[in-house]
Amino acid sequence: MRITDQELNEFRAEVSAWLRDNAPGDPGFLLPQSFMEVGTDQQFDFLRDWQRKVYEAGYLGLAWPAEYGGGGEDQALQDIATAEMVRQNVPFMTNTIGLNWAGPLILHMGSEAQKQAYIKRILSAEDIWCQGFSEPDHGSDLGNAQLRAIREGDEFVLNGSKIWTSLGAYADFIILLARTDTQTNTKYEGLSYFLAPMKIAGVDPSPIKKLTGEHGFTQTFFNDARISESCLIGEEGGGWQVAMKTLTFERAVSGGQAGGVASMTVSAREVVELARHALRDGRPAIQDPLVRDQLVSFLMEERGMALNNSRAKIPALISERPASIALSRKLTGTEWRRRLNQFAVTLQGANASRYVGDDSAVDGGRWQRGYFQAFSGTIGGGTTQIQKNIVGERVLGLPKQD
Amino acid sequence: MSEQADIIFTDEQQQLLEIAEIFSGNKSPMDAVRRQLEAESSIAPELWREIADLGWLGIAIPEEYGGSGLGLGEVATIVEPMGRNLFSSPLISTTLAAQAILRGGGEQQKSQWLPRLAAGTVAALALTEAHGDWDLTNLTCSATRDGDRLHLSGGKTFVTDAEMADLFLISVELAGEPHVVLVEPSDFGADAMHREIVIDESRRSHALSLDGVSIHLDNLLPSANLHRLHLAACLLYAAEMCGGTAGVINVTVDYLTTRRQFDHFIGAYQALKHPMVDALVGLEQARSHLYHAATVFDMNEGRGEVAVRMAKAQAADAFAFASDRAIQFHGAFGFTYECDAQLYRRRALWCEQQHGDGAHHRKHLAELLLD
Repeated sequence: MRITDQELNEFRAEVSAWLRDNAPGDPGFLLPQSFMEVGTDQQFDFLRDWQRKVYEAGYLGLAWPAEYGGGGEDQALQDIATAEMVRQNVPFMTNTIGLNWAGPLILHMGSEAQKQAYIKRILSAEDIWCQGFSEPDHGSDLGNAQLRAIREGDEFVLNGSKIWTSLGAYADFIILLARTDTQTNTKYEGLSYFLAPMKIAGVDPSPIKKLTGEHGFTQTFFNDARISESCLIGEEGGGWQVAMKTLTFERAVSGGQAGGVASMTVSAREVVELARHALRDGRPAIQDPLVRDQLVSFLMEERGMALNNSRAKIPALISERPASIALSRKLTGTEWRRRLNQFAVTLQGANASRYVGDDSAVDGGRWQRGYFQAFSGTIGGGTTQIQKNIVGERVLGLPKQD
Repeated sequence: MSEQADIIFTDEQQQLLEIAEIFSGNKSPMDAVRRQLEAESSIAPELWREIADLGWLGIAIPEEYGGSGLGLGEVATIVEPMGRNLFSSPLISTTLAAQAILRGGGEQQKSQWLPRLAAGTVAALALTEAHGDWDLTNLTCSATRDGDRLHLSGGKTFVTDAEMADLFLISVELAGEPHVVLVEPSDFGADAMHREIVIDESRRSHALSLDGVSIHLDNLLPSANLHRLHLAACLLYAAEMCGGTAGVINVTVDYLTTRRQFDHFIGAYQALKHPMVDALVGLEQARSHLYHAATVFDMNEGRGEVAVRMAKAQAADAFAFASDRAIQFHGAFGFTYECDAQLYRRRALWCEQQHGDGAHHRKHLAELLLD
């Protein structure tokens, strides 16, 4: 049955009021900006508690089936709840991989037992999920995954390692791409996909310290770790198709995510506010002509990116190079974010030299950390330089370098 | 942010864009652009007649005055493809003149001039002075009232297509306030006009002496909204620059995909490929700002000012970068007059320096957005 506009408005008001009353205030320590940055027990516990609270209030997984712990409601309601979370800038839902990738995947193609076992506990953050796709020697070449899973009766024995495992130190389960057969025609055919437990013998997540000084992800070693064949999702040998399906959830090409914000956004307006309080020669930095010019440039770019998204929906205005905006979006957005954070650091005068943990650090050092962390965007998922090759070759039609 | 981030592109605009792309491509291929550089006027009279017959000069003029009753957003839509093909014509000045009369003129002035402008009478704008200040209210030219006559004095510069014009809109200071007067060629003395040598050789630019010119008081516009005229000019120049940026990117990509050095097409080298992507990203942002400005300009003037200044600033910087790199990436050929890259670079410099460059508009945006 279709929900009326009035019902939607009432629901929006209800969520809005609940968030105002229940959103956590300043925790007294610096929160991460996304699940990829969770680096301390303090941050993790805080965020896990917050997710559970949102789920128990009924604002997460609203459109997931009720028999597995979801709300069984219309997607429109979840969209409203999520939009309110964005609007009120509340902390993100830390079980991102469970909520947005593993959960939808399990609902889409998991067994009844898997749905019963995992879905509710993903929503409540009782089970934290991580992703085991990348390997140390094959950063972006997923099809070349070498982690071995050898069948022994009704078990698989895992050996090898995965890298850049966000939340690896906290996760209870991992979506894992592993090689079950080395004798296939193509590298893609020998792969299988597992929903594997993390807290078992032979699985050792080893924290990687990032340039921010924090622990954000792990290299995850598997040494004769034994898992049940019931961990398979999809066919044995059909892991590549499952991985590709997962990427459609990750990239939001497929719907069905549980909802909730996945990361905190940064706005040029926040840097404008910073410039009001920073001093230059005894006066607010925002009065400095060079600072003003830079601030306006950042605001223009921010609006330009939003306007690009609007224009990309109008075929007549992208007819010459239809993929141009879509393919350059990652490059444009991540570089803007890196430069914006860098500029925010330089606004602080001598205090720019302070870092997270110092009592006098401006905004708790979030801009310094944000600048370093922004490199995750300009490097991860294909570096800016690779992105420029892609745009240059696929959009402008320039030749590949051989 | 979300409520500002909108672009409306109507069916009329879509049709205008398609027609203007075909028309500009057919009428202004590069050899025609080069031929026209040597000609007396910026555009052949018969081609100007075709533009008038298409109805493009009356797009933003109400139907009661012989136009189509659309807005400047629709004009921007045809200016963009013209800019792409380095088209040069008095379309922008004639459109802006009609806007000034429509917004600030009396009924008699509107009914006298708007139907003629819609039908192809050329109007020239004389707003800039020798000091080069982009502030259009910084006026040294003046008008003095003498009964029902106005005596003008001073000089104007960068009056484009003056030799074709049958009407001049001239800004003057009158009793301490900026005003706009309508002047016809017969009002000028024999030596009032002389051709300027300007960087964009597709333009026909003139200096204009007002000394000794006397006109009837009826030729004073009741209201001179120079601010709106300035913003309208910025919108149309932004459209011309977006088109030019797209054009020069294509010229450069053609060269990078056909020229070989050291056994490779030079476009394979990342030192050239990556800046071309920067140029493309600049263009995409410029077009998005442009069509947003085209959407809100006629809807809401406060919001329109921010949008138009952003569009002008972004397009100026994008066109400057793309055309500068175009020369460099053509190598030794780029250093020659024969290479088309210089035509775009010259066009970009003209458009950037008329009605304010990027830094100038960002300065005004700072006042609107930060204070």
